[in-house]
Amino acid sequence: MTTTHSAVLRPPAAPGPLEWLRKNLFSTWYNTVLTLLAAWVAVSGVRSILGWVFFTANWSPVAGSLKLFAVGQYPLDQIWRPGAIVLIITLLAGASWRIFGGTVRTFALALALALLVAGLLPVRMNLGLRLWFLANPILTGAGYLAGGLRLVRTRGLAVAWALTFPVTILLLLGFKDSAWLPRVATGVWGGLLLTFLLAVVGITASFPIGVLLALGRRSKLPVVKTMCILFIELVRGVPLVTILFMASIILPLFLPEQIRIDRVLRAMTGMTLFAAAYMAENVRGGLQSIPRGQEEAAKALGLNGFQTMALIVMPQALRAVIPAIVGQFIALFMDTTLAVIVGLVEILAIGRIVLNSRTDWLMLDSEVFLFIAVVFWVFTFSMSYASRRLEAALGVGKR
Amino acid sequence: MVLAMEEIRMKKLSLLVFMLMVLPLVLAACGTAQECPQCPACPECPTCPTCEACPECPKVAAGGQIVAAVKARGKVVCGVHTELLGFGYLDPNGRNVGFDPDFCRATAAAVFGNSEAVEFVPLTAAERGPALQTGEIDLLVRNCTWTSSRDVQWGNFVGVTFYDGQGMMVRKASGDTTLEDLDGATVCVTTGTTTELNLADAFRSRGLSFTAVTFEDTASVYSAYEDGRCDAATSDKSQLAAVRAGFANPDDHVIMDITMSKEPLTPVVPAGDDQWFDIVKLTLYVLINAEELGVNSANVDAMKGDANPSIKRLLGVEGSFGQEDLGLATDFAVNVIKQVGNYGEIYNRYMGPDGLAFELPRGQNELWSDGGLIYAPPLR
Repeated sequence: MTTTHSAVLRPPAAPGPLEWLRKNLFSTWYNTVLTLLAAWVAVSGVRSILGWVFFTANWSPVAGSLKLFAVGQYPLDQIWRPGAIVLIITLLAGASWRIFGGTVRTFALALALALLVAGLLPVRMNLGLRLWFLANPILTGAGYLAGGLRLVRTRGLAVAWALTFPVTILLLLGFKDSAWLPRVATGVWGGLLLTFLLAVVGITASFPIGVLLALGRRSKLPVVKTMCILFIELVRGVPLVTILFMASIILPLFLPEQIRIDRVLRAMTGMTLFAAAYMAENVRGGLQSIPRGQEEAAKALGLNGFQTMALIVMPQALRAVIPAIVGQFIALFMDTTLAVIVGLVEILAIGRIVLNSRTDWLMLDSEVFLFIAVVFWVFTFSMSYASRRLEAALGVGKR
Repeated sequence: MVLAMEEIRMKKLSLLVFMLMVLPLVLAACGTAQECPQCPACPECPTCPTCEACPECPKVAAGGQIVAAVKARGKVVCGVHTELLGFGYLDPNGRNVGFDPDFCRATAAAVFGNSEAVEFVPLTAAERGPALQTGEIDLLVRNCTWTSSRDVQWGNFVGVTFYDGQGMMVRKASGDTTLEDLDGATVCVTTGTTTELNLADAFRSRGLSFTAVTFEDTASVYSAYEDGRCDAATSDKSQLAAVRAGFANPDDHVIMDITMSKEPLTPVVPAGDDQWFDIVKLTLYVLINAEELGVNSANVDAMKGDANPSIKRLLGVEGSFGQEDLGLATDFAVNVIKQVGNYGEIYNRYMGPDGLAFELPRGQNELWSDGGLIYAPPLR
């Protein structure tokens, strides 16, 4: 018996840069022409955009209204309250960085760095604000150190994150007749603060409701099933704008005169229900992708219905639809701008308010809207980046 | 056996889900059911969870429920604009400022002696009617034109605070002064508004032709006009004045002496409470009469010693003009004038020669005694 040794050839070496250029960009005469044309368009485009951004554009409406963009009409003497919330978040972000590492580290570092840079900017800024900016990265560091403690590591962090939301709301709202934390009506919450609140509430509340709706739709009980289908199809068949209009204009007409549902709450409810219906369909898609064998195997192991769903089916189902769910979250984040039609002054509404607050700013809409677009892009990109990292960590599409 | 337990558990879970879904519907049904007696003025039971739970409501006089609600709350809730320079906008700190919010502050000063006892609710144009009809706001001061159908449907219109009208802005170099000069011109206008209809009416009634260039939002209209895409731009005169002030060379543009529509801007109160209606009207009369009598925020205390009986009456030194009957303090006008100013002061604060917003000559908004239309009944 003879064995033939076939020489294992090395894969061809990666082409050098010149070789790569020749092969990909200048392979034929028409490719050369196209390359040059595209390069010219790209360079002149970037040049004119940069020229506009740095020389032509007048950024004074943005620079002069940063308080409005951040918190809207939130009273100036109470502004430490949203500030304190950011401090809590940077602290917890530091602790999470220590415990989870990976993507969390990227985010905690990016947040701390951004605030550090803002605090060191050589512009005129009041001392309190500058100290607040600088306190944030310090707290991230403190959180990182605290993340080493056993108490924080085991349970503290989860409890702290879970408490963040109620604390945020209480801190922002304050208490009636309190000297320390006077009540601040939701009507004056605005800007990025309100955008975040709407998005966070919408995302966190719509997820469990959506999962329940998805399960209800697959239920064998006809009443539950019908109700869920009815809700999902009804809400999905109506644009979000209509739902918000219903919540803001039509709902109060039906309610007795004395009941005034808070406007922010109205918008939050409308958005949550809307997002939940879509979430239900995403989750149902995930559930359908799980072969029946998984469920049967779980039952064979003696798991009950709840355990089967919570431990076997749902984790796999959700894993399969992460991109769809995150896409839904991103859409919801951007849909918060529709709250403007219910008279809420989220960041886009602030943009229009700023444009209309001085005669010499009336025509500077390009600058203001570009700024808002960049703000949105930063957050939505962060979300999609996080989802990609999550998918990679869970090995979606690989195993 | 296991399977049976299984099913029971599943059913329990489903039942829970079902309950969660149905609960809001049940609540909503009770809120809207006709047979469930609603007691709007009954603070003990605003929701009526069941029909039996709803107690007999105390009888409230036909008028006065808004006044009672305002006093209980300690604040006047005002629907305002937040995106209209001069009339209702925000300063860099986020404070509601403008001609309209200041009228609201004047009302608060009249009721509470404190011009800051106000809660501002930003409203979109579409929300104005429902906000009044549902009683969500006590007072609408949002650049609202008084029309007959709105008067019928929305509530009570207090009295005109500002006479606006649709105007036309052209380049000074064009030399156009009348609509006839604009025959065949292109005009920039926002689409889907009464402004567009008024423009068409004005040209058609004179047998003139024009080309409308329409835009969705206001800023585009004026950018296009400034870029020379239109010969003229049309909108309310107050807005034209604001925009003109923001142009690179304001003096190159003129607002023609033409008025194509009547826009009497008026505060509105919800229907059903004559006492509240009268209080707001009286506040407006005080503002106008104070200017007429030369009483302003700077001299109000000194004026108390003035010999003029009208001034004495206005400031509550002697006599009465009905303020006590409405439950207002005898000298409520002093608070109003001291904290907010008289009509002219409010106007000049935003649209006077050194106004915060832009300069707009008073024109029709001069006092009647100076040839304008601003007129209030005598206070006596």
